[in-house]
Amino acid sequence: MITQAAIATFDSLDLDCGVTLAPVDVAYETYGELNADKSNAILIEHAFSGNAHAAGDDGWWANMIGPGKGFDTDRYFVICSNVLGGCRGTTGPGSINPATGAPWAMTFPPITITDMVRLQKKLIDSFGITKLLAVAGGSMGGMQALEWAVAYPDSVRAALPIATTSRHSAQQIAFNEVGRQSIMADPDWNDGNYYDQRPPARGLSVARMVGHITYMSDESMRQKFGRRLRAGQNKFEVESYLQYRGSQFVDRHDSQGGFDANSYIYITRAMDSYDLTQRGSLPKLFENIKTRFLVMSFTSDWLYPAYQSLEVVSALRSRNCDVAYCSLTSQYGHDAFLVEVNEQTELVRGFLASTFREAVK
Amino acid sequence: MGVRDIYGRSDYAIIGDLVEHGTRVLDLGCGAGELLAWLKENKQVDGRGVEMVGADVQKAIASGVSVYQGDLEPALEDYPDHAFDYVILSQTLQQTRHPLQVLRSMLRISKRAIVAFPNFAHWRVRMSHLSSGRSPRTELFPYEWYDSPNIHFLTVLDFEHLAQKEGWKIERRVFLAGRRNVTILPNLMAEVAVYLFSAR
Repeated sequence: MITQAAIATFDSLDLDCGVTLAPVDVAYETYGELNADKSNAILIEHAFSGNAHAAGDDGWWANMIGPGKGFDTDRYFVICSNVLGGCRGTTGPGSINPATGAPWAMTFPPITITDMVRLQKKLIDSFGITKLLAVAGGSMGGMQALEWAVAYPDSVRAALPIATTSRHSAQQIAFNEVGRQSIMADPDWNDGNYYDQRPPARGLSVARMVGHITYMSDESMRQKFGRRLRAGQNKFEVESYLQYRGSQFVDRHDSQGGFDANSYIYITRAMDSYDLTQRGSLPKLFENIKTRFLVMSFTSDWLYPAYQSLEVVSALRSRNCDVAYCSLTSQYGHDAFLVEVNEQTELVRGFLASTFREAVK
Repeated sequence: MGVRDIYGRSDYAIIGDLVEHGTRVLDLGCGAGELLAWLKENKQVDGRGVEMVGADVQKAIASGVSVYQGDLEPALEDYPDHAFDYVILSQTLQQTRHPLQVLRSMLRISKRAIVAFPNFAHWRVRMSHLSSGRSPRTELFPYEWYDSPNIHFLTVLDFEHLAQKEGWKIERRVFLAGRRNVTILPNLMAEVAVYLFSAR
C-alpha cells in the first residue's frame, strides 16, 4: 500500500467564532493512489481521540482501510487528517501561538465541527480534488461526514456517517462534561498552563476511564470482565482495565506520547456545541442534497443510540435522498464501529463500488 | 434471461416487465434487493428499498442497492408526495397491519403502484378449507394459523372491489398459476395476482 504522511500548512483559517487562525497546520496521511481524473478520493474522519494514522501498522481503522479491505486502497485514494484542535500534528491548543511564542493553551479560540471540516476542505482543495467519492467516519467522525454533506453538497458524492448524530443529547454532553471537570479538577491542569511542567495526568486518565465505559455495553463488560478479580490483586478486572486505558491515554508508549488535556476540552466542546438543526430543520438542510448516504448504527450503542441515526435518515427520506440505512447487531456498544469489521466491510465495499460506478459513468 | 429464470419468483418476472426504463422505483419489503438490483441493471431505474430483516438489508446494501431497514408501514409516511414512478409491494400486502392505509400511501408517494398477492380464493385454498374444515394450508399458504405472518386474507375479487370503491384505475392485471398466465376465472384459477394501478 502506497502510504504518505505529511503536514500541510495553510496561510489562514476563518473560524466560526470570528477569529482567524494564521497559519494552520494539518497532519494527514494518504493511502493508495489518486486516479487521473481525481474521482476516487475518500476522506476518512477520525473519532474524538483519533489521529491521521488510520491505516497500516497500528492504524486506528487498519482493519477497514487497506488493499482488498472495505475502503480498498487498491481502488481508492484514502485521506485521513488530524482534526483542528487536536494534538497529533494539526494546530490545536498545544501549538505555539505565533503572537506570543508560547503554547496557546486555553487562549486557543473555541472551535467547532464546522471549523474542522472547513480546514479539511482546504486540504482536499490542495490536492485538486473537486469532488470526493466519499466521506466516512464514526462517532465524531460521523458528525464531520454529515457536516461535509451539508456544507459542501457539491463536493461529496457519498457520505457514510456511522454511529453518530446531528446533535449531542443531554446525556452525551453530560459525559463529556464529567471528563472536562475531571481534567480541570486536577491541580496540575493549572488553568491549562502545564506545557512546561507536569501535565494533568490524573484528571485526564479519569476522563478517559469514563469515556471507555460509555464506549462499551453492559453485555460486553459482563463478558469481558464479569466480576473477575485480577490474579494476585484485590482488584476487579474492570478496574484494572480502565486504569490501564486511562494511563495509556495519558502516557502512550509509542512515539506520539500522551493526549493533550486541553485538546480534550476543546474537542469535546466542539462536539457538544455541534447542532445541525440550528441552521434549520434537517429536512430543510437536506433539501438540495444529491449526496448518497449509507448510515449505520449498532444495536447495543447507547452512547450514540440508533434513534439519532434514524433522525438523520428520516429527514433524508423525507427529501427523497438516496439513503441506505442499516442497524447492525452487535454487543460491543459504541466501540462496535471499530470492532464489527466483517459486516461493515461488506456494506462499505458494495456501497462504494456502486457509487464509484455512477461516478465514472 | 428474465427475472423469472434468475429468481424463480413468477411475480418478479411480471413486475420486471411492468416497470418502464429509467424510472424511480421503491420496493417495499424488498428482501435482499434482488428485484431492485435486476431493475437497476436491466432497466436503469433509480431504485430504493425498505426491508425489516437486517441480514437481507445488509445483502442488499452490499450489492449496491439503497435499502432502509425498518417497518414498511411507518416508513411509508416519511416519503414526500409523488417521489416515485412505481412503488412495488410484492407478496407482503397480506402481512401488513393496515393494508388500505398502505395502499393509499403508496399512491400518495408514487404515480403508480404495483401489488402482488397470493389469491385466497384459489381453488386449492377453497378445497383445503372445505375438505379439512381447518384453516387452509397450501403451497401458497403453508403456515399453521398460529404462526402465519399473513394477517389479512384477500382474493382477486376483494381487490377488484376495493379498487372500484377507492376509485383506483387498474392499468394492468396479471394472474398467475405457477409460471403460467391465467386467462379465465382468475378468482378461482390464479395463485398470484399482480395489479398495476394508479389514482384516478
